[in-house]
Amino acid sequence: MTALDTRVPDQALGTLPRPVRRVAVARSPRTWLKGGGLGNLVFMLPMLLIFGVFSWSPIVQAIVMSFQKTNLVTPATFVGFDNFVHVFQDPQFLTAVVNTGYFAVLALLFGYPIPLVVAVLMSEVRRLKGLFSVLAYLPVVVPPVVAVLLWKFFYDASPTGVFNTILDWVGIAPQPWIQSAATAMPSLVLEATWAGAGGTIIIYLAALSAVAPELYDAAEMDGAGIWKKIWHVTLPQLRGILLVTFILQIIGTAQVFLEPFLFTDGGPVNSTLSVLLLIYRYAFQSSLGGNYGAATALSVLLALVLAILSLVYFRMTRSWSDN
Amino acid sequence: MSKADQALDRGVVSAYEWKRKRVRLPLSFTHLLLLILLVVVGLLPLLWLGKAAITPTQDTLRMPMAIFPHGVDWENLATAWNTVGIGTQFVNTLWVALGSWLVQLVVATTGGYALSVLRPRYGRLVNALVLGTLFVPSVVLLVPLYLTILHPPLVGHSLINTFWAVWLPAGASAFNVLLVTRFFDNLPREIFEAARTDGAGSFRLFWSVVLPMSKPILGVVSVFAIINAWKDYLWPMLVLKDKAIQPLSVRLPEIQSQTQLDVYLAGLAISILIPVALFLVFQGMFLRGGGLDGAVKG
Repeated sequence: MTALDTRVPDQALGTLPRPVRRVAVARSPRTWLKGGGLGNLVFMLPMLLIFGVFSWSPIVQAIVMSFQKTNLVTPATFVGFDNFVHVFQDPQFLTAVVNTGYFAVLALLFGYPIPLVVAVLMSEVRRLKGLFSVLAYLPVVVPPVVAVLLWKFFYDASPTGVFNTILDWVGIAPQPWIQSAATAMPSLVLEATWAGAGGTIIIYLAALSAVAPELYDAAEMDGAGIWKKIWHVTLPQLRGILLVTFILQIIGTAQVFLEPFLFTDGGPVNSTLSVLLLIYRYAFQSSLGGNYGAATALSVLLALVLAILSLVYFRMTRSWSDN
Repeated sequence: MSKADQALDRGVVSAYEWKRKRVRLPLSFTHLLLLILLVVVGLLPLLWLGKAAITPTQDTLRMPMAIFPHGVDWENLATAWNTVGIGTQFVNTLWVALGSWLVQLVVATTGGYALSVLRPRYGRLVNALVLGTLFVPSVVLLVPLYLTILHPPLVGHSLINTFWAVWLPAGASAFNVLLVTRFFDNLPREIFEAARTDGAGSFRLFWSVVLPMSKPILGVVSVFAIINAWKDYLWPMLVLKDKAIQPLSVRLPEIQSQTQLDVYLAGLAISILIPVALFLVFQGMFLRGGGLDGAVKG
């Protein structure tokens, strides 16, 4: 008690000059210096420099460049919406959008329910829970490039390919996997789901362990069985995180690049050409030199669509949860 | 005490239900199935790669699922490491990871300290600008960032084919700044005030008080910085054109066509060793922080 009493004036003294300093800050550079303004700036500096050069300025540049024609030789000229018109008139644009949408929908079908079911089951494991988590997360730590290259070999279309050998055990004919336009995209999604599900499972496990036990106790008082508890307690408690992972998965799959690029390079017959792959081609694989205008225009467009989509989504889901 | 623990620990299935055979048997059976499924899906592909890394090409091609039908070929690993250059690329990957780690750590800790502890007036604006970048898909940065690396400000020459081209942009991670700032926010203010009354300046406070208290979050940021550098592909592929300094992820897809299959698979196996080892050692950090990381990166 006495110790506390003696400290109070000290603290008060320590904090007393603060408001005075704050007022003075705006007035003169000298008081700014004395008040530690320089020290503050020194600590801010690495972040300001790195973000300034490698994040903020490129973002602004991207927006500017989407309205410019740039070829790095002659100075950039403003061309209005020409780049956007160019993108819209490119027949590959529609293909890329449809393919990316197809990828996103398949990824939701494969990848959205599985982690939830696995996580709910895993949260009830009484022994070796750690082993379950490690096994589920293991594919996530495999470098994505290695994962794709490994699966590319698994997808070998010959009858002695890894997956075709396994299919043969259960009497299914060999599949063409990534070599046919019909099966290429589902094959890509299968690998992407394998590579990504572990991360989502871990998110759900964390959310599941945060569900208040009293809710289950209360449900049991009302005579609820296991299924009813899952339906009336677990799922509603996970609703928030489920809504977030849903939109995050869509945002993520809308930007799919690695799988189409390394598995099939957009083929066969452009059946796996994604929006990001098209941006990459505009910028770095064009035979006419980099079409940076079209590339930035399409990337800004994608960012806008995703931003609007998320905004609408969160407004919509907010009104749902109000009801 | 134990009763309270149980209550805290409980999930959907209550202790009472668990005692009933009608619940326990099917649930245990499902868990066994799940475990087998997780082994098959999560572990077997990697074990297969380990097997294929030391199997002759013809065996892997003809009987991919057979286990060493004609013996083991340890030579693959040495050939991949020395002749194909996996060793060089492995070292390059280490360099990429270490530099990215250092830049990320410096930016995140100094920035987080300034935003959370020093709190200058413009701090709020900076914070908003940093967090704002979380909402910009990284593809938007691709072309302008590439041009920035071609003509960086102040440096005067292109950074293409230097590690700086990967290291410096890695520092612009809003996620790191967010994590570290949040952590610093939760450190007890009284200690800062006490240090200040004892005459510690900003630098002393940062180095001797804040950093030593922040080991857990520095660990999380470090592990993810290294893993993400190891995983990165598109950006290093664009800016590291020189084969001699390319990391594994960039080089592996390119050597595929000119390398014998067994040696190539040995290369793939070598390149997952470090990430998997890091994961197994720092499991807790991954499984606690992994959810976070994935959720924000999206």
